Amino acid sequence: MSDHPLWQLTLVRFREFLREPEALFWVFGFPLLLAAGLGLAFRNTPAEVLNVGAVGTDPAAFESASTLAVEPFATIDEGLKALREGKVALLVERVADGSVRYHYDDTNPEGRDARMRADMAVQQRAGRADPVAAKDELMRETGSRYIDFLIPGLLGMNLMGGSIWSMGFAIVDARRRKLMKRLIATPMPRHYFLLSFLISRLAMLIVEVGAFLAFGVFVFGVPIRGSLLLVAATCVFGSLAFGAIGLLLSSRAKTIEAASGLMNLTMLPMWILSGVFFSSQRFPDAVQPIIAALPLTALNDALRATMLQGATVAQIAPQLGVLAAWLLVCFPLALKLFKWR
Amino acid sequence: MPETVLRVRDLRKAYKDVVAVSGLDLEVQAGECFGLLGPNGAGKTTTIEICEGLTQRDTGEVEVLGLNWEANAKALKQRLGIQLQETQLSEKLTVEETVRLFRSFFHKGPTTEHVIGLVQLEEKRRSRVGTLSGGQKQRLALACALVGDPELLFLDEPTTGLDPQARRQLWELIEEFKRAGRTIVLTTHYMDEAERLCERVAIMDHGKIIALGSPRELVASIGVEHVVEFSVDSAAQPLDVAALRALEGVRDAQVENGAVRMQVTALHSAVPALLAELVRRNVKLTELRTHSATLEDVFVTLTGRHLRDE
Repeated sequence: MSDHPLWQLTLVRFREFLREPEALFWVFGFPLLLAAGLGLAFRNTPAEVLNVGAVGTDPAAFESASTLAVEPFATIDEGLKALREGKVALLVERVADGSVRYHYDDTNPEGRDARMRADMAVQQRAGRADPVAAKDELMRETGSRYIDFLIPGLLGMNLMGGSIWSMGFAIVDARRRKLMKRLIATPMPRHYFLLSFLISRLAMLIVEVGAFLAFGVFVFGVPIRGSLLLVAATCVFGSLAFGAIGLLLSSRAKTIEAASGLMNLTMLPMWILSGVFFSSQRFPDAVQPIIAALPLTALNDALRATMLQGATVAQIAPQLGVLAAWLLVCFPLALKLFKWR
Repeated sequence: MPETVLRVRDLRKAYKDVVAVSGLDLEVQAGECFGLLGPNGAGKTTTIEICEGLTQRDTGEVEVLGLNWEANAKALKQRLGIQLQETQLSEKLTVEETVRLFRSFFHKGPTTEHVIGLVQLEEKRRSRVGTLSGGQKQRLALACALVGDPELLFLDEPTTGLDPQARRQLWELIEEFKRAGRTIVLTTHYMDEAERLCERVAIMDHGKIIALGSPRELVASIGVEHVVEFSVDSAAQPLDVAALRALEGVRDAQVENGAVRMQVTALHSAVPALLAELVRRNVKLTELRTHSATLEDVFVTLTGRHLRDE
């Protein structure tokens, strides 16, 4: 059994992968680093304290606004300089007639925000009373934060990259080295060679997806509301579709350069369009049908629906259908075009 | 009557506008080492790869071990050992892992350890392929050809690019296989390799066999036993080649890059006659070499070119 050709070929795949430290990093380390970095950068923070400059005003005037840090300036010029340099988001100037003048950039959200808060403090201190009593009830729900949006997107992107690169590079390299020609000179059944890629890819998927999801769940508290089995099945399905695309892209290329050009050309539009880092809904309505037909969009949407909204198989059927279509078109085409030498 | 293990008849193959093989016939008997000798581009690799079932022929017949590729590819592959030109095996695998992989494709054959022993790589068993020398890599490629205990072994330029010591080591291995009674078909553009290893040699040029026989028969066929090469003081007047041809014991002479090459039937009379002629013409000899005729001389005689010419 241990000397079955399919097992030996699969072992070769693992050995080649595990003995390439760079590959290990790009497959396992990099996605985690990326998620950690983006998670930190876009973490949800309590209402931010804004810097405000004041000229001719007593800083005590803003006492009621705890989210403003007020810095007094002696002259208006000093204050405007600080505003231009971005040290303060708003400059409050008390004019001789007793009125108040706000200096800020209205295209800067922080400036607009600071103006509202400062104005409220100023007016309240001058005696304005709110006609309607209001009270805040805070609700910070997991599942609606940026990191919750990001983790399924990154997972989809990794599945795409992993499948396409691992398939493409190994195949083109074996062709370039004439190793593939040497293998078909032996009695090796040809489908075993391709099958070994599939088996090793799916085995690696368990570690890859497992580590990444565990990281998202335990470090950032990203929810998995749907069935874990459905998430896993979606990952396998996505990998198969991208594996078929990878096989198609590498079916004829004779050099790594040619293959990586093709692979980048295929993946780049999806990195941008398929809603990895931001929602694909931001693109115009006219291109939405095209975006929806991209395999990464389908995979990302399916993963988000299952993880964040607890969708069932029936609910993500359209996305799974898109992935199936890519698989059923690319795989037979790849086999037809495939060159062993 | 020995069994014929490889029979090729009127084989033709063209790539786009280049004719690689144009009407080639050959027969290889069981137990012999048969060499295809010729310069680069003579069609040796195309011929051997058609015999190996890797390249489609245009027309002609190819029968390997009594079978044809169309109907018996699977069975044939089990019975052949193949070494291709310039295959780079995976550098990240060890010697043992590589041999075990290839062994797994064959129904029968010796153990991985035994094959590694055959090519004398025991000490490198656990080394990565990427760390092996050129000669060791070539021996590993040989091991991969031997894992199925082949009835017929195809070796395509087994020593090209190796240093002299590694070549000799590989020759010794191939001689071992010959002693073990294996049938070998090899291609080479080294005449010394063909002379040392092959019982019979087919000299190929432009996709055809231009001479066939044992190395000794081939050398004898050109009717010269020795070759004399010499150079003279460059200041001297141009040598009269016709006069040289007329010398006793000389069959032919040519000027090549300022040096003269003479095909000689009787060395003992040709060399004194040459020296006397040079003295008579008052020409100073700067270099003189003689050697017994080789397959290289056969090729030069038949084609007017050297094996290693571009």
